[in-house]
Amino acid sequence: MKRDKTKYVIVGNSTAAIGAVEGIRRLDRQTPIVLISKEPYHTYSRPLISYLLAGEVDKERMYYRPRDFYERNAVDARLGVEAVRVDADALAVETADGGRIPFEKLLVATGGRPFVPKIAGSDAEGVFTFVSWDDAKAISTYIGRAAPERAAVVGGGLIGIKAAEALHACGLDVTVVELADRLLPLALDAKGSELAAAALRDAGVKLVCGTTVERILASDGAVSDVVLRGGRTLTCELVVIAIGVVPDTSIVEGSRIETDRGIRIDEHCATSVPGIYAAGDVAQGSDTLTGNSRPIPIFPNACRQGNVAGTNMAGGEARMGAAFAMNSVEVFGLPTISVGLATAEGEGYEVLVRGQDSARAYRRFVLRDGRLVGALFVGDIDRAGIVTGLIRERIDASGIKDLLLSDGLGLISLPAEYRKHVVRGDGIVV
Amino acid sequence: MKRIFAREDYCLGCRLCEINCLVKHSRSKKIVKAFRRERDTAAPVVQVEESGRVSFALQCRHCDDAPCIEACIAGAMCRDPKTNAVLCDEDRCVGCWSCIMVCPAGAVLRGKTRKVASKCDLCAGEDAPVCVEGCPNEALTYEER
Repeated sequence: MKRDKTKYVIVGNSTAAIGAVEGIRRLDRQTPIVLISKEPYHTYSRPLISYLLAGEVDKERMYYRPRDFYERNAVDARLGVEAVRVDADALAVETADGGRIPFEKLLVATGGRPFVPKIAGSDAEGVFTFVSWDDAKAISTYIGRAAPERAAVVGGGLIGIKAAEALHACGLDVTVVELADRLLPLALDAKGSELAAAALRDAGVKLVCGTTVERILASDGAVSDVVLRGGRTLTCELVVIAIGVVPDTSIVEGSRIETDRGIRIDEHCATSVPGIYAAGDVAQGSDTLTGNSRPIPIFPNACRQGNVAGTNMAGGEARMGAAFAMNSVEVFGLPTISVGLATAEGEGYEVLVRGQDSARAYRRFVLRDGRLVGALFVGDIDRAGIVTGLIRERIDASGIKDLLLSDGLGLISLPAEYRKHVVRGDGIVV
Repeated sequence: MKRIFAREDYCLGCRLCEINCLVKHSRSKKIVKAFRRERDTAAPVVQVEESGRVSFALQCRHCDDAPCIEACIAGAMCRDPKTNAVLCDEDRCVGCWSCIMVCPAGAVLRGKTRKVASKCDLCAGEDAPVCVEGCPNEALTYEER
């Protein structure tokens, strides 16, 4: 049967989009999927760009799925084609080359775009963002051509740290500039930040907190210095702006698809318009731990949302289940894992701390009404997922506080019913 | 798919499963050589947990809905299309430890010598995993349920 509408259209080509392809294909082996991506690449892993720039992975290892992924999954991948608008009334996607693709089911997985504040002089040569393969390529090319010696990284969050690591590995003298009073302020508490900052400094990277870059100075069109708020000047020939990403909702703007900070989705990853789904960094779902609707731009969440959306697009029934922030990031050799409300404190929260005096093995647990809602592991991250599981499953932790703080963190310390549930292994959802 | 199940009531805490696992995942595959020469490199991917009189052996549960696969940024953690086992392609793993962050069983370990995730592979190629085969009290079973 020939359709005048494409059954499945996916805009995007990162983990949420790929998760959706896999979700659809579990239920529907055949009906073609059209996937549109403005980037010309076979699906690749964005978080690996820092490893690529650092020379730790090569081009071949950048790809997120095998080279025959599209073929094997009957995906008509239109790479290098930009979707510009979703017509939510007629149910069609319009592309920059004038094309129009009517669909039955659509997934918007356009991801995030780097947030770049207005900084005077940011159009100078040598100023980059750091979220895409092209960003990594551009930086690498610039390093090869202009041989910069010093770099400033604007933002001491996850992207900033990874950018700093990569630039450091490229041999540059790096300074990280963070607006908050400490490194990784969203993921780590004060003690965790202190340990991370020490790891950064030990590696020879400088850190300036409590200020930001106000102006970028250029010489012959290329970056020569940055001027910080407060007047201090750092000489540098390369700048990476790594403040964060914001949902890239541009293709649905002006449509009847409801947006807030991102595209609003329900627990089925459906938007306000029937037949249209959203997943990944562009989407705004519910945060289980806060009860708020907000984007949670993390990799596992994107993959899960894509999968849920894909299953539902193919006529199945899938729900998100618990969703909350979590990040695993190594800071110059110091592993850290931050889960849920890891930095929460104050009224209503009970905070348990282990290794307050330790330089390499710090743990922090946050409880609310007897249940774990946050955890932080710095240095020793082994078996951290056990705690993530307890947070997700809302297990009463009031009886295991001592165990959380003891040496070995194991399943055996946990309530027998929960332990059996995990050991038996069926239907574990984390 | 066939999975390994642990029976707490039968586990003696003898740790033979750990020894067999270590040997199986050693270079030499020989117990004497593995323990004499590979103690710094070979490690088991099954862990016996013990508390008082309770003990059990734990390895990757090969979850149907595996959170480690979703969390893997490198596309290294994947499901074997033939056996449905969850396997880590160590040549793709970048050691970001996202799998460790999400595994509710705590069954993904940091590699002993390489910065890669290390986990149970169900002794790919064997009829039954060596931890199960060598268990003296049938505290580990390998079955379809």
